[in-house]
Amino acid sequence: MRRIAAAVALIGALMLVAAAVAGGAHRSSPTKLTIWVGWSAGHELTSFKALAAEYDKAHPEITLKVVGGVDDNKIVAAIRSGTAPDVVSSFNSYNVGNYCGSGGWIDLTSLLKKDNIDPSIFPPAPRYYTQYGGKRCALPLLADDYGLYYNKAMFKAAGITHPPRTIAELTADAKKLTVRNKDGSIKVAGIDPIIGFYENVPERWITSYGGKWTDAKGHAILGKDPAWAKWATWQKGLVDWYGYKKLIRFQAGLGDEFSASQAFEAGKLAMNLDGEWRVAFIAHEHPSLQYGTAPMAVDNAHPELYGSGYINGTIIGIPRGGKHLDQSWALVKYLTTNNHFLAQFSNLIRNVPTTKASLTSAEIKPDVHFSTFLKIFGNPKSSTSPIMASGVAYTNLVQNFFTKWQAGGVKNLVAGLNKLDSQLDAQVAQAKGGGVP
Amino acid sequence: MSPAPANEAGALAAPASPALTRARARRQADWRRRRLVLLFMSPWIVGFSVFFGYPLVMSAYLSFNHYDLLSPPRWVGLANYRYMFHADPQFWTSVKNTVFWMVGIAVPLQVLFAFGIATMVARVKSGAGFFRTIFYLPALAPPVAATLGFVYILNPATGPVNTLLGHLGISGPLWFQDPHWSKPSLISLGLWGIGNTMVIFLAAVLDVPQHLYESAELDGAGPLQQLRWVTLPTISPVILFAVVLGVIQGLQYFTQAYVAAGVAAGQASQAADVTSVNLGYPLDSTLFYPVLLYEHGFSEFQMGYASALAMLLLAVSFAVTLVIVLNSRKWVHQAVPR
Repeated sequence: MRRIAAAVALIGALMLVAAAVAGGAHRSSPTKLTIWVGWSAGHELTSFKALAAEYDKAHPEITLKVVGGVDDNKIVAAIRSGTAPDVVSSFNSYNVGNYCGSGGWIDLTSLLKKDNIDPSIFPPAPRYYTQYGGKRCALPLLADDYGLYYNKAMFKAAGITHPPRTIAELTADAKKLTVRNKDGSIKVAGIDPIIGFYENVPERWITSYGGKWTDAKGHAILGKDPAWAKWATWQKGLVDWYGYKKLIRFQAGLGDEFSASQAFEAGKLAMNLDGEWRVAFIAHEHPSLQYGTAPMAVDNAHPELYGSGYINGTIIGIPRGGKHLDQSWALVKYLTTNNHFLAQFSNLIRNVPTTKASLTSAEIKPDVHFSTFLKIFGNPKSSTSPIMASGVAYTNLVQNFFTKWQAGGVKNLVAGLNKLDSQLDAQVAQAKGGGVP
Repeated sequence: MSPAPANEAGALAAPASPALTRARARRQADWRRRRLVLLFMSPWIVGFSVFFGYPLVMSAYLSFNHYDLLSPPRWVGLANYRYMFHADPQFWTSVKNTVFWMVGIAVPLQVLFAFGIATMVARVKSGAGFFRTIFYLPALAPPVAATLGFVYILNPATGPVNTLLGHLGISGPLWFQDPHWSKPSLISLGLWGIGNTMVIFLAAVLDVPQHLYESAELDGAGPLQQLRWVTLPTISPVILFAVVLGVIQGLQYFTQAYVAAGVAAGQASQAADVTSVNLGYPLDSTLFYPVLLYEHGFSEFQMGYASALAMLLLAVSFAVTLVIVLNSRKWVHQAVPR
């Protein structure tokens, strides 16, 4: 009997020890969090990983794994298969309509409310492109805005003293700065106005004319708003001045946009519409390049628009079906609202920090070229493209129209724009599941 | 338990007649044979059901739904088909590109080209192996690599072809950057890699019985008449095969168009931040039907609509093949049993 009692006591003691060990192990094992980001190589992914490691170190309750080079296809496939990571980010703010509308990314409104975070800490444009249909399923994680890069040496040689402020000045400067070979082909272009070249897309130019996309009901009004026809007429006029085929042949010989042989960096373009990240690329690849940055020139009839520009950027959210909502939200909150992190990351990859406070943070390293883009971002007239149910297809269709236009494939511009409006409305109705309106 | 009725007990006890026993044995053998056949066929049956049957049924179902890949499919009836025929601004362009260029022009050219090379190689007296290898070799190049090579060679500003033309005082075309030249450039790429079809034609040409040529020659037939009355009828089943295969491949033309458009538009990689805007570059001239399907399904996440496009492609492929095969009875030589 005594033996039995001793055995029972021993087993009980062992069970207690095992339970204690298991409980201790459970308490001490950190939660594994995975974040997918679009940055794929070079200094951008390395910088993000370095800053993510700081967060990881400061939060022993989690271990953070960063996966780079992820695009929207992978994100959608992972959500569908139930294998999505805890946090995802995308370069494609155009697709917020898909993510919010479908519930693929969860609505963050209640989490923001719980932590007393007012979305007005973000400027209007990023506040707009992170929501759709009353749901805020994303937050901005640094932004891109667009301005004019100009080659100071070429300006000086051409006797131009300041960057153009109006479209008329831009046109005159572009013609003055263009150098042709003996056979008439282009050696150096003042500016390349071809839609589809590098960052040249309609949404980044139309801000200079204050063009509107939709009416109050969400219907496309590109044919009704004269700004679009005015911009398109100017753009085609400049294309024709160069010669469409000559520009295409010129472009075919230029280097890749994201390499050291990019045309502006290589001295093949005197002026270029580009994003703020080019400042870091030039610093890495051509530190001796004498260049300046300025807001893009605006329509002569709208001088008040000078200083503004087009904005979009990286978005971040939590895919549905995540297992660690609290930890995921804590990470998203840190990456999007912590001004220290935003300033550090902005310094490393020279993207624009996305809270109003971080824009003026003392931690932002001063840089005369980059400060132009901070001002553009803070300008109340800066704008973005519409977030629609059809996602990126909406702006693709607009671009498709203007590539035909610049090649001479549209005979009647206004009629073409009106037809484009109908096509855009039909596309949105189709994306909502309504079919042909 | 009650005893069994006498007649039933008797029937159970009585030995079965030999005819019945043989019939039962035959049925059992048949069943064993069927099970064996099913066993051997089971990998194919499983593969067919999982990778073809199920996707086919699901595509048919999804084509009547609004499905964005993230939310559950929602029944919309014929809305996707209505949008396809009445509102999609790129649909008819892609149909025209695919049917006219890839089926109407590329397939006949490929058949002619492959047959021509095969006929030439078959006549080579010495070094036949060398020429066969040379003409077949491009078929081994992966489509993506071959396309990248062609876009590089035909670069209007820096490519060797235009550089050479420039030395001759000719301003070369813009090739993949020009909507009038992009499809001929792609067709050239297809003709360059025609090795597989060439080998099939070569085997068929070499298989034409020699005595038929001798008889034709005795009848006074020249080389062209021999080609018309001996070679072509004899290899007509192979021509039918090449035409059907070419039409199906033409209707599914994707990889080369996708890669060429992206690279020619200045898109160096298919990296994460690349949008679908360059598909069809330049000016939708390389927007073939499967490229449009891909764009809607995988870039714009309109999988319900993409499924409708896929169902139409299936129906058209089936119909065209059926027409060709039915029509072939008029011109394909049927082998006569010896």
